[in-house]
Amino acid sequence: MADLAPGARVRVNDDWPETRGPVHVRTPHYLRGQPGTVVRRFGEFPNPEDLAFGRPAARRVLYHVAFDQPSVWQEGSAGDQLLVEIYEHWLEPA
Amino acid sequence: MSVLETDGEKLLIALRELLAAKGLVSNAEIAERIALTDAANPGQGAGMVAKAWTDPAYRALMLQDGTKAAEELGIPMRGAPPLGVLENTGDVHHLVVCTLCSCYPRAVLGYPPFWFKSAAYRARAVRDPRGTIAEWGTVLPEGVKIHVVDSTADYRWMVLPRRPAGTEGWDETRLAAIVREGDMIGVTVPALPGA
Repeated sequence: MADLAPGARVRVNDDWPETRGPVHVRTPHYLRGQPGTVVRRFGEFPNPEDLAFGRPAARRVLYHVAFDQPSVWQEGSAGDQLLVEIYEHWLEPA
Repeated sequence: MSVLETDGEKLLIALRELLAAKGLVSNAEIAERIALTDAANPGQGAGMVAKAWTDPAYRALMLQDGTKAAEELGIPMRGAPPLGVLENTGDVHHLVVCTLCSCYPRAVLGYPPFWFKSAAYRARAVRDPRGTIAEWGTVLPEGVKIHVVDSTADYRWMVLPRRPAGTEGWDETRLAAIVREGDMIGVTVPALPGA
């Protein structure tokens, strides 16, 4: 995927690899399928999903992504946000 | 059964001996890392906050690169994940949590408080942040938004709190003394003693 710029609208993949076997995933359940906005690009880190199993780990871009907190939970205070580190392979343009 | 005879302890000893035997990590290196981890404490982060409150150039560095800002005060950051610092303002308050596990800016704040790793804090901080910080008596002024920072991956997050009114003219040492660990993860805000 091409680099995402701050302000880019994205959606977290609605994917549940836990249902297909043993995995190590850094994308929280509560954000799967949620729309968000890229805040900053951190650079590349070895993919922890491979590191956790001692496999060769390709470097993946990590982003800080903001989510509207009340939209995620259907409750809360307008304007509150969740700010979460998400790897590029979990994001698609929205 | 003694704690020294548990399966976990036996596994730990076996692992350390294997690492040493294979020349991957020496016992001295492990001891050094344990000493660094044990020595880290909230006073280090408080020193960074106090300096940021009194030195605009340091504040800018801290918000740009928390790791460099920590190293500038002599805090050992080698081997630690990159440190990010988010600033509380009159519009935004930050609250740090790790919903997946227990990521915490240990290099600058030391061991996390016991509740930081609890399922209750981790679940509630992202769903009901205002109710969560109210448990500490923290109520934000009207109009202030909360940004909940869920440390999920390779960064560790620390909050630069707002300098409280009534501290004008205080030096760094006096300022650092009022900054608590909760202020630097956002469950509380700095207050004057007795306030």
